[in-house]
Amino acid sequence: MFSSILQFEFLQNAFLSGILIGFIAPLLGVFVVVRRLSLIADALSHVTLAGIAGGLFLSSKISFFSSLNPIYVGMGFSVLGSLVIEKLRAFYKFYAELAIPIIMSAGIGFSVVFISLADGFNTDLFNYLFGSVSAVSRTDLYIITGVAALVILLIVLFYKELFLLSFDEEYASALGLPAKGLHLLFILTVALVISVSMRVVGILLVSSLMTLPVAASIRIATGFKKTIFLSVIIGEASVLIGLVLSYYLDIAPGGTIVILEVLALIFSIILSKARRGKI
Amino acid sequence: MGEKIVEVKNLFFQYERKYVLENINISIEKGAFLGLVGPNGSGKSTLLKCLLGLLKPQKGTIHLFGEDIHQFNDWHKIGYVSQKANSFNSSFPATVFEVVASGLTPKLGLFKKMKKADREKVMEAIRAVGMEKAVHQNIGELSGGQQQRVFIARALVSEPKLLILDEPTVGVDSQTVNHFYQLLHHLNKELEITLILVTHDIGAITDKVTHVACLNKQLYFHGNKDEFERLKETELTSLYGHPVQLITHDHE
Ligand SMILES: Nc1ncnc2c1ncn2[C@@H]1O[C@H](COP(=O)(O)OP(=O)(O)OP(=O)(O)O)[C@@H](O)[C@H]1O
Ligand SMILES: [Mg+2]
Repeated sequence: MFSSILQFEFLQNAFLSGILIGFIAPLLGVFVVVRRLSLIADALSHVTLAGIAGGLFLSSKISFFSSLNPIYVGMGFSVLGSLVIEKLRAFYKFYAELAIPIIMSAGIGFSVVFISLADGFNTDLFNYLFGSVSAVSRTDLYIITGVAALVILLIVLFYKELFLLSFDEEYASALGLPAKGLHLLFILTVALVISVSMRVVGILLVSSLMTLPVAASIRIATGFKKTIFLSVIIGEASVLIGLVLSYYLDIAPGGTIVILEVLALIFSIILSKARRGKI
Repeated sequence: MGEKIVEVKNLFFQYERKYVLENINISIEKGAFLGLVGPNGSGKSTLLKCLLGLLKPQKGTIHLFGEDIHQFNDWHKIGYVSQKANSFNSSFPATVFEVVASGLTPKLGLFKKMKKADREKVMEAIRAVGMEKAVHQNIGELSGGQQQRVFIARALVSEPKLLILDEPTVGVDSQTVNHFYQLLHHLNKELEITLILVTHDIGAITDKVTHVACLNKQLYFHGNKDEFERLKETELTSLYGHPVQLITHDHE
């Protein structure tokens, strides 16, 4: 396999993208999970799907857009969707979670309409839904690299502030932190990560890449930094092993990666129970 | 006359239609220790949140350290322990050290990391509340009272000049409460930190506070302790709507 990685550009693209996504998705995911925003990641992935389907529709039907990479439309939709979610959450103050089913169904609605306009399912769309090793292009890799740099910059620069915001939003505001601005920056970054990660793992599974490794580490790690560290390890390992397996067994990488993460999760639950002396 | 740390003038606040604070005037000088009392729902927490800039009053002005609150930027000079501190996400994966260190965030400033001296400060604050044995434990594994101590440490770590405490000792055992009041006394007398403490147990701290304010939507009384002690119990009864015990203490 490693000789084929050197040989085939598409494998390089897939693996480099995988390494980046396996790192940034759990890294950001820790903040998403502890802030109880996991479902927002899900809602955004469906909005991204609407964008992708719209992009595929445009590029197949209108010659002007024929070279348009649908990932850009997906990113646009995801970012827009995150802004709408924030507006809705503020509007339904005491029922903030209502924003999620609203956005989710809007996303699916648009997706279905665009898919039927583009004459139904095709391989492209299938790849976006379930992820693909062979479909990651050089451009995709460049976009993922850009977003990864953004995420790492965000975390390195604002680690303290994000920690405080996640742990205790009121206290963050009381200390004079621009909590709203920081939250917005955070949600926008989440939207970008969701939209670029689906190239490899697929839209349906992209939010699991942010949440499952965190779910596995949160009960066994002590402290926030260690939780981040362990989540990244689990995420990275699942992505890399998943990609290798999916290449050899010729199965969709998204599903393989998620199954590995579920295994890690089960293992961690057993470990944490054993530690507490319940097994 | 000392420096004015807090100055509130003609403040009105409403959440929805009705005012919960009406025409509040308070001035707190450097080194004062103000006990803020009043029945449930009287607006104590609301007033504190206005002072912290978490709520924007509809009318009136607030000055902090002589500066209008809209221009005020030195939030690290203020420490805060909220009433609901222990209703936070209790399964949050953070150690006691990490939580207390987060109190240094504004003081360190953007992009800056903790240095050795900062770590020492964090440990000092943790020791001050007697939680040094749990430094590397997750906050969720502690009891409610222990968590409350950690939040007090978080408020102390930035070495604030003004400390705002909203019923900080709820759920804390009486020995720790005594220890805590001694600590407040020390902060107030030795380090000249100005304190605002909301409590329902004014009897327990009458020998520590310098001033008392009685709130029930309006400010019924605001003055130094001697004036407060001369207040007739009947006046407090009309404020609370039922008799209150003041100085004498029978539980414990
Ligand atoms: N978020 C809110 N939205 C609407 N009304 C509120 C809100 N918070 C408090 N209130 C109302 O404002 C009034 C004052 O509440 P506040 O919490 O300031 O009282 P308190 O003096 O701190 O009471 P306690 O002793 O119970 O802590 C109450 O009547 C309460 O119902
Ligand atoms: Mg209150």
